[in-house]
Amino acid sequence: MRFADSRLEPIWDKVRMKERLSREDGLTLFEVDDLLGLGQIADHVKSRREGDRVYFVINRHVTPTNLCVLSCAFCGFARKPGQDGAYEHTIEDMVAMVKEETREVHIVGGHHPEWPFEYYERMIQAIHSAHPDVQIKAFTAAEIDYFWRRWKIEPKDALSRLKAAGLQSMPGGGAEIFSARLARLLKYTGKADPDRWCEIHGIAHALGIKTNATMLYGHVETLAERVDHLLRLREQQDTSGGFVTFVPLAYQTATTKLVARQTPPADSLRTIAVSRLLLDNFPHIEAYWVTLGEETASIALHFGADDVNGTLEDERIQHLSGAKTPAGVAREQLFRMIRDAGKIPVERDALYNVVKVWA
Amino acid sequence: MSTLTAARIDRAEGRHLLTDVPLLELGARASEARFARWPERTVTFVIDSNPNYTNVCVTDCQFCAFYRKPGDREAWTLSVDEVLAKVESAASKGATTVLLQGGHNPALPLDYYLTLVRETRARFPQVTPHFFTASEIHTMAQVAGVRFTDILDRLWDAGQRTIPGGGAEVLSTRVRARIAPKKGGPESWLEVHREAHRRGFKSTATMMYGHVETVDDLLDHFDTIRGLQDEFGGFTAFVPWSFKPGNTLLEKWIKQYKGPNTYLRVLAAARLYLDNFPHVQASWFSEGKATGQVALHFGADDWGGTLFEENVHRAAEYVNTISVDEIVTLIREAGFTPAQRTTEYEIVRVY
Repeated sequence: MRFADSRLEPIWDKVRMKERLSREDGLTLFEVDDLLGLGQIADHVKSRREGDRVYFVINRHVTPTNLCVLSCAFCGFARKPGQDGAYEHTIEDMVAMVKEETREVHIVGGHHPEWPFEYYERMIQAIHSAHPDVQIKAFTAAEIDYFWRRWKIEPKDALSRLKAAGLQSMPGGGAEIFSARLARLLKYTGKADPDRWCEIHGIAHALGIKTNATMLYGHVETLAERVDHLLRLREQQDTSGGFVTFVPLAYQTATTKLVARQTPPADSLRTIAVSRLLLDNFPHIEAYWVTLGEETASIALHFGADDVNGTLEDERIQHLSGAKTPAGVAREQLFRMIRDAGKIPVERDALYNVVKVWA
Repeated sequence: MSTLTAARIDRAEGRHLLTDVPLLELGARASEARFARWPERTVTFVIDSNPNYTNVCVTDCQFCAFYRKPGDREAWTLSVDEVLAKVESAASKGATTVLLQGGHNPALPLDYYLTLVRETRARFPQVTPHFFTASEIHTMAQVAGVRFTDILDRLWDAGQRTIPGGGAEVLSTRVRARIAPKKGGPESWLEVHREAHRRGFKSTATMMYGHVETVDDLLDHFDTIRGLQDEFGGFTAFVPWSFKPGNTLLEKWIKQYKGPNTYLRVLAAARLYLDNFPHVQASWFSEGKATGQVALHFGADDWGGTLFEENVHRAAEYVNTISVDEIVTLIREAGFTPAQRTTEYEIVRVY
């Protein structure tokens, strides 16, 4: 491989030899001008792991409430009680939102001021008993931490009870950026801090619950903060091993305006590529089309991503924050994103078991 | 630095580029070729508008959602004054190029066209009249009963110096017979550009892919325009875009347009294959702004224009709008220096 920026050469040598990249390497990867050189290295790793396969799932999001005790500066979704647009779903509503063809339901919501833990437990039980074939991926580490803050339920107990109720895996949200500086600046100090977030994922992994991890980028964080975030996740994965997918989340500017514009596609492609290279112990890297837009998500399949998330019949959080992509793209549109990149769509379940290869 | 791009790319290599070279490797090679020709990290754009003078057309192209047959309730034709009002509106917003095209309307006399060029030159000296594609020039010749070369001479005398490259579609006999049977074969487009270049006109070459063409058809297109460029060097830029099926006759067979990866492949392959073309345009308008930004890493060195008015893609329900400020921001975000240019790619202002 030839590179327009020679700083990529020693990194390429390491990647070829399957050597772990350093923090310095991570910073270099974010700094080089040679976007396509970086992408080729990440694509090499993706192809070595997954060939031309790109995964998707028939899924929907259920967002129980937007009431939230927090006031994170990047969030356009949360509401206070009595505020315009505030809502709370009943368990019956949520059971009805899940359709039989849904394979995975993703449940994430605000930190409700009053709902007892048992409400969440009953929610999972009800959805599971009404739809036993639907896999339930529910509650970020931030929500699990909140159950402790609010109700003094230890994460291990909370996760054990939720698992018994039917929870199968956990989403990766609430990580934001692992940075004390940004937690203060963006007012998310009231949320699980990096150690706590990782601790809870470690507990989940020990209980046999697979989880995802995210990073909210493209606002006021530094590139070094991104690198440190990725390395913290890599370290946790070395310890507990239960992460399945890393999902970089491009910050949506429409309502909160921490920055004037969404970060450009080249930055998202770069972030996906660096993630693929630094997170050598993560099975999958996702190009989440809702935040990236379909064009960039499709191109990202050449930059190390091997997953586009899913059909998402309802994606409330990103849409209230202003994501412009149409909610609920049909399977055909996912095919289009994947096939335009010359890749093979592989329908999966929540745990990455292959449902069907759409040759 | 590389011997790979030194020799002219032949069809076998071109096929390889268009089909199975890894996309980012192709892009990196195209980017290298772009920087070999234009070492500065400058990306140019033009302030322009694309109004139309008529939607009346007798050519019935299968890919077109814009035209109406003569006598149709939705058919319209603008007077000379109405067109000039559009030129004035564009000029008042800072446009230096007006790309004027229309249907093939047999009711319009030659004087209509010549007056538009003359009056634009006289009244709006800052605007380059980038008027009339090859097939419109053929229509003028047929209606007036003269040779198309006479039309070129008359347009030149009226003050026209550049010709837009639309209407090429894919320069393949088979493809044009299928999607634009009344427009003539590749030669009808090519001969206008050849004779125009011979007279000193500059023009662009376009390509609309993503319908019934094969890789061989695309290679025919590349070979055709590269060959002509060897003769006179009159092409300023190559501009590919994907066919948009909305509201067209072809929509019955082709439901969706090709996506960003296909576009980047075509664009990068063109940059390498069309080694005698100075500029390759990233078509933010037809492919989306995100893809346009990424295309700047795949060999494109031009952002196209502001397109204050555009009706042809709009008729296919594909709409994008942009301002000069946004263009400047988008080019900068992609890591390049924006520069405003003229129709003939002279730099007006570096941002």
